[in-house]
Amino acid sequence: MSTVAFAAIAILTLAAALAAATLQKLMHAALSFAVMFVGISAFFFLLGAEFIGLVQIFVYIGAVAVLIVFTILLTRHDAEKVRGFNWSGVIVAVAVFAGLGWAISKTKSLSIVPQQIQPVTVQRIGELLMTNYVWPLLCVGVLLTVALIGALILVMEEKS
Amino acid sequence: MLSGRAPDWVIQAASSLLNIVALLGVFLTLFALISVLERKILGRMQNRYGPNRVGPFGLFQPVADGIKMLIKEDIVPARADKIVHFLAPVLIAATAILSLGVIPYGRNMTPFIIDGGILFFFAVGSTTELAVFMAGWGSNNKFSMLGAMRAIAQMISYELPLIITVLPVVMIVGSLNPDKIVAGQSNYSLGVVPHWFVFTPWGAVAFVLFFVSGLVESNRTPFDVPEGESEIVAGHMTEYSGFKYATFFMAEYIGMFAISGLGVTLFLGGWHAPIHFLEFIPSYVWFFVKLSILLFVYIWLRGTLPRTRVDQIMNFAWKFMLPMAFTCVIAAAVWHYIGRGLRGWLWSLAVIAVVYFTLSILLDSRRKFAPRTYRFAE
Repeated sequence: MSTVAFAAIAILTLAAALAAATLQKLMHAALSFAVMFVGISAFFFLLGAEFIGLVQIFVYIGAVAVLIVFTILLTRHDAEKVRGFNWSGVIVAVAVFAGLGWAISKTKSLSIVPQQIQPVTVQRIGELLMTNYVWPLLCVGVLLTVALIGALILVMEEKS
Repeated sequence: MLSGRAPDWVIQAASSLLNIVALLGVFLTLFALISVLERKILGRMQNRYGPNRVGPFGLFQPVADGIKMLIKEDIVPARADKIVHFLAPVLIAATAILSLGVIPYGRNMTPFIIDGGILFFFAVGSTTELAVFMAGWGSNNKFSMLGAMRAIAQMISYELPLIITVLPVVMIVGSLNPDKIVAGQSNYSLGVVPHWFVFTPWGAVAFVLFFVSGLVESNRTPFDVPEGESEIVAGHMTEYSGFKYATFFMAEYIGMFAISGLGVTLFLGGWHAPIHFLEFIPSYVWFFVKLSILLFVYIWLRGTLPRTRVDQIMNFAWKFMLPMAFTCVIAAAVWHYIGRGLRGWLWSLAVIAVVYFTLSILLDSRRKFAPRTYRFAE
């Protein structure tokens, strides 16, 4: 069951990623990128990490995909222009893939069979965030507030 | 019992299918019903009859409308992006229906039980923005794009107060599971006063804020600038006709049901009866009674209020809704730590009152009465 699900999700994710890399129109590429995010969140669900899966949808589709799409819309006037094939990009991608693959194959923990672990519940994550990781959480909060205020200042009307 | 006869996955698939069929059956019927009821109620408010030709009291109007929509010609603009244009209504309907899945409709009647149900609701809901964008961009029409921009701007702005008003409930219950939130409101004082969150000061304020944000999220009347027909034809739905338009229409209503259902679950005690001895009436009846009351308020507001301006909506979101939503979080914490009795109730009310009056004075004194300045896109 889960092998079939894994294969289906993997095919969907890879196809969407490939489409994002090769589609002619930039907007289509951005939308297939969003499909790929759905695939990745499906992987998290399959692994029992539903919180991360949901946050993946929340952040990457609700925010990042919308941001990408808007950026394309607002900045490029040639969004319809046919994209050329970028060989240097291919070389970099292959190099990164090879590097990562080599690093993963050298990892010692790969051969260790994980013991059956409890799926992490939302409650457990909340408890940890509020106890052990409360300072990092607060720092992230401050950082995001700074970003928000910065964005507001950037778009504020100049008073003459 | 059944597991002796059928393999596990068959049972799983069958139970999922049952859930889906029941959910679609109930809510599509409700959609048909509410579409005619809305027109009847609006007619009553505007001193006219409303639909009364098809069937008794015009009750078969949705059937006629459905047939009309199905056999209408489906027009796709020549310059439109065919695939994106087609996928937008599909995605918007799918997300609307998915978000119905996590709401508990009655005792043991949650179609899709998930630990982070509330989070699932909002995660799925946030996908709607992308669907609206696809509709606007795929149509290759200026009005569509403008409508989509307006829709996304107000959806993103109001998603913040919407989610933050849910926070106090999650804090008090200590769970994101809708079933546990309903269970957290299951007690009664003296057998008559239910412990619904709407009866606490923070809950009442959060419920009103939640309801207003829900109005915006479902693009309903006081906040329906994305489809302001006097300005931009029909917004992102301009280039849709026939059944695709009907799908958008349906998604809007299903979204309304979903957000009202969540409001009932979070603040109005879910499927619990208002008085303890009335619990013998089936739980789902209570849920749908509460849901219908909320839906009636939606229609009532549509018959009463004029459309707001875009800048008014945005100012309201960031200057009033957001600070009040944060105040609800603090007031809920005060209520919890002072003790959930009368003292906590009063202190929590005091916190909200102080912020409310400060905010109203601040916003009022800054108001300048001067001719409006217009800015145009270049």
